[in-house]
Amino acid sequence: MQNYLIEIFGSEIVAYILATVPVLAFIVLFVLFAVWLERKVSAHMQDRLGPMRVGWHGVLQTLADFLKLLQKEDIIATANDKALFNIAPYVVFVTTLATFTMLPFTSIFIGSNADVGIFFVLAFSGAVVAGILMAGWASNNKYSLYGSLRSAAQIVSYEIPTALVVLTMIMLYGTMSLGEITIAQTSHFWNWGIFGGPELGLAKILLVPFMFVAFIILFISTLAESNRTPFDLPESESELVAGFNTEYSGIKFSMFFLSEFANMFLIGSILVIFFFGGYNSPFGYLGNLLGIEWLIPIEQLLWFLGKGMFFVFVDMWLRWTLPRVRVDQLMTICWKYLIPYAFFNLLIVGLILLI
Amino acid sequence: MKTEEMILNMGPQHPSTHGVLRLELVLDGEVVHDVKPHIGYLHRCMEKHSEAMTYPQVVPYTDRMDYLASMYNNFGYVGAVEKLMDIKVPERVEYIRVIMGELQRIASHLVALGTFGLDLGAFTPFLYLFRDREKILDLFEHTCGARLLYNYMWVGGLSHDIHPDFVRKTKEFIDYFRPTIVELNNLLTFNKIFIERTANIGVCPAKEAINLGLSGPNLRGSGVKFDLRKDDTYSIYNRFDFEIPVGEGRVGTVGDCWDRYYVRVQEVEQSLRIIEQAIDQIPDGDVKSEIPRRVKPPVGTVYHRVEAPKGELGYFIISDGSLNPARVKVRAPSFVSLSAIGQMAKGYLVADVVAILGSLDIVLGEIDR
Repeated sequence: MQNYLIEIFGSEIVAYILATVPVLAFIVLFVLFAVWLERKVSAHMQDRLGPMRVGWHGVLQTLADFLKLLQKEDIIATANDKALFNIAPYVVFVTTLATFTMLPFTSIFIGSNADVGIFFVLAFSGAVVAGILMAGWASNNKYSLYGSLRSAAQIVSYEIPTALVVLTMIMLYGTMSLGEITIAQTSHFWNWGIFGGPELGLAKILLVPFMFVAFIILFISTLAESNRTPFDLPESESELVAGFNTEYSGIKFSMFFLSEFANMFLIGSILVIFFFGGYNSPFGYLGNLLGIEWLIPIEQLLWFLGKGMFFVFVDMWLRWTLPRVRVDQLMTICWKYLIPYAFFNLLIVGLILLI
Repeated sequence: MKTEEMILNMGPQHPSTHGVLRLELVLDGEVVHDVKPHIGYLHRCMEKHSEAMTYPQVVPYTDRMDYLASMYNNFGYVGAVEKLMDIKVPERVEYIRVIMGELQRIASHLVALGTFGLDLGAFTPFLYLFRDREKILDLFEHTCGARLLYNYMWVGGLSHDIHPDFVRKTKEFIDYFRPTIVELNNLLTFNKIFIERTANIGVCPAKEAINLGLSGPNLRGSGVKFDLRKDDTYSIYNRFDFEIPVGEGRVGTVGDCWDRYYVRVQEVEQSLRIIEQAIDQIPDGDVKSEIPRRVKPPVGTVYHRVEAPKGELGYFIISDGSLNPARVKVRAPSFVSLSAIGQMAKGYLVADVVAILGSLDIVLGEIDR
């Protein structure tokens, strides 16, 4: 994508900026949809209808809410640290946006097909902590401070099992580029990561259970990293009012909101890329069948979004079913269970691959 | 490293304080060193007001104490005045009062269970339980026109007789409601995360519970089998067959948050049993026949206590022989329950304070009166 843009504009900077535009547009549209979906999913789980008035079954409700948030007064209390308070939401949002540029949406569109793709994603999703700490500290509010400190502890802790599983997967595919990982899983669904990766043989059969364990660990730890129930301690409503974003209003609040929902899709797509073949179709393409080449990327995009949305739905499902864990239990899950299991898994997968 | 304790004001505007309550938490990091409840934000001088009212006029005031269990507040008050005046109410009235009281107990417990789940982050059970509570409120609305503050039980009788459909609708409700308790147990009660959050938290041993003066489900959660419906029976409760559930420490220690929670779940089932027995036996009669023209009790004092959904609700009334009570003192169960939080929450985490407060099931209208 960038090479094409560089050719057109002749300038790398312009090309890189333009390459993020579709990603940004996607995030905004996705969040508008996901917020509506969350409200509908929660409503139907709870015997309610949810938004019904604005547009068909309330589809425009989030747009209306977004417009309302835009018009709200941007309140900055005198006791706030103004500079940090103003920067924090943008730091959080920009880091989330940056991770999205690494995602291969289709075989022809990937914001940046960097060789260190997955490490870039890990690094930047860890950098969210900086923004959250800024927000908590600058708010000068005890609840915000508690929320942000919890968040820092949580994200940093859960980076470790995430990184261990990612290492496992890098060993399997032999590359860190998300684009190439996806390409490795093409053509048949039994080439997907969850079924032991692309190569046929004894190793593949042995790998399947360990891939499943890796998938579960990655799912739990990324869920915790994105601060969703049952791990939504940083903004646990019943204890900390709203956690680190208590003091925010208007568009700055919506920036936090935007990045939270974007993160949900991000973790879904990371799972999809590692274990469920990324944008690859499990059954082959209609475009190939009909001989229409431009149909293939569209199908790939739909597969990618569909698989990603499935995990977003699972997140919502969990959120509206489970209670919240306590802060010490959260750490216990991470340090006593996930990390040892992830380590063990890494070791076994390494041994299997050596054989 | 030198560290300092931090004071965090939880409330009066906070999602988990169940009304306008302020908790002053002394914290060391996330660990709670002390909890001081500050009350009085909802004080409406109900007891003082009563002195300027005639006896029947006090009934609507009692509605507004524990606004989640108004029927039972009426029940206690009219019981006290009837005891003072030595009125024998008709059988039909007694039966209807018991049915209404038990329906109210279910409604109150549903709110308690739901908000407890909500405090721990489980949103869906809360709405399921409110959906079921709505059906009880519909039954009340059908009977007396009000959904929250009923003013239904009058001295010597009731404000309205039950609707001819009431018996059928109540039976329908029981049939509908039984399976939803199973649903609640599957969704919340035996959920692993829920048990982790509530077992061994806020433990109150039986001896301490008695010393603190706890009553109702909070006392029974600590394993003390004490229920005024059986132990100091009033109205016609001695005619019904029901059990008193107590905390057994099934998933943790006796007297922890989970026990207090589960006692309420079991009490809902027992209340259903009482209603089932009573609903078929309602005798014919006039619910207003014994209502006195002028409520003018003789000089004297009376203390009457009932087993309200939150615990022992006592009314102490001094009569000077006039139309107005000289003094009405209410022994509110939530007030006593709240006073226990300081001892219960010490040494636990901030998140546990919310859980303990939720498990005590307090209503601020009753604490401040």
